[in-house]
Amino acid sequence: MNDSLYLDEARDPLIIAEGWMKDGKDVAIATVVETWGSAPRPVGSHLVIDAEGNFHGSVSGGCVEGAVVSEAIDVIDSGKAKMLEFGVADETAWQVGLSCGGRIKVYVERLG
Amino acid sequence: MDPYALKTLNAERRARRAAILVTDLGDGRDRIVREGDQVAGDLGAAIARAFRSGNSGSVEAEGRTFFLNAHLPQPRLVVIGAVHISQALAPMAKIAGYPVEIIDPRTAFATPDRFPDVALHAEWPEDVLKRHPLDSYTALAAVTHDPKIDDFALKAALDANCFYVGALGSRKTHAKRVERLLALGATADQIARIHAPIGLDIGAASPAEIAVAVLAQTIHAFRSRGLDAKGAVA
Repeated sequence: MNDSLYLDEARDPLIIAEGWMKDGKDVAIATVVETWGSAPRPVGSHLVIDAEGNFHGSVSGGCVEGAVVSEAIDVIDSGKAKMLEFGVADETAWQVGLSCGGRIKVYVERLG
Repeated sequence: MDPYALKTLNAERRARRAAILVTDLGDGRDRIVREGDQVAGDLGAAIARAFRSGNSGSVEAEGRTFFLNAHLPQPRLVVIGAVHISQALAPMAKIAGYPVEIIDPRTAFATPDRFPDVALHAEWPEDVLKRHPLDSYTALAAVTHDPKIDDFALKAALDANCFYVGALGSRKTHAKRVERLLALGATADQIARIHAPIGLDIGAASPAEIAVAVLAQTIHAFRSRGLDAKGAVA
């Protein structure tokens, strides 16, 4: 993942996560760690989530973000990282709709 | 993620320095590795590859699975000289993923009309580079032929360890340039990093063909970073 010449601080998920942390919020960070087929976001992409379910960034083209956000709130509560997998082979994943036909693996962890 | 790792990573990204966040997917522990840090074994080799390619991914090492998230600054190309070559180079380099800035104090050359959709500075390099410093993820091509304009920028590029430094001009022109750069305080090793005559030797004849040669040499220099202690390629 290439960072832009001058970071777009207002939209950069990792910069936003740091800001939330400084504001005393509980934060989870989700990262695409593997893709197969026509995945819309490259490996290394981030979605950051706070305990209220606010989020920035993306791990897909908007297909699975909802599911990742609800898992992230569990991760914030438990402090235990999770590996999520979405794809056409998975019935639940199909319901949340990675309809591009790709498969992605998303690592969700608590910040701190 | 360790909050300290996140802070460090963001600080490196803001400073336009490459860093890799290494996460052990088994226990979640993570750490930041900066370019040039020594890491042993298979993990170290994978980290070196990730710095070169900029690609993130998982790697098996020491019986564990690590995720390497590579954060490389966007490489960019600064061109000294709003000349015919630059007119062809700017759009091509942008397409190839190297955004361009053009600097030329000669206001007759540096006109938005000749350079639409390019960051263009009709100022002396001394003034622009003060505001936008060069760094090791920046390439510099000096193509004005005019020592008054090119020399300061070339010396600044060598001091900033730009990943590519090229200068237009024949071998004879370059020999004189070497004398001037030595007088400015550049070392012989630094000067040896300058690609002159500029561009890969593809027999380029027209300004647009020279632009292709310069862009190819820039890409080669970027993709072979760290393979050669002096950074000299081609």
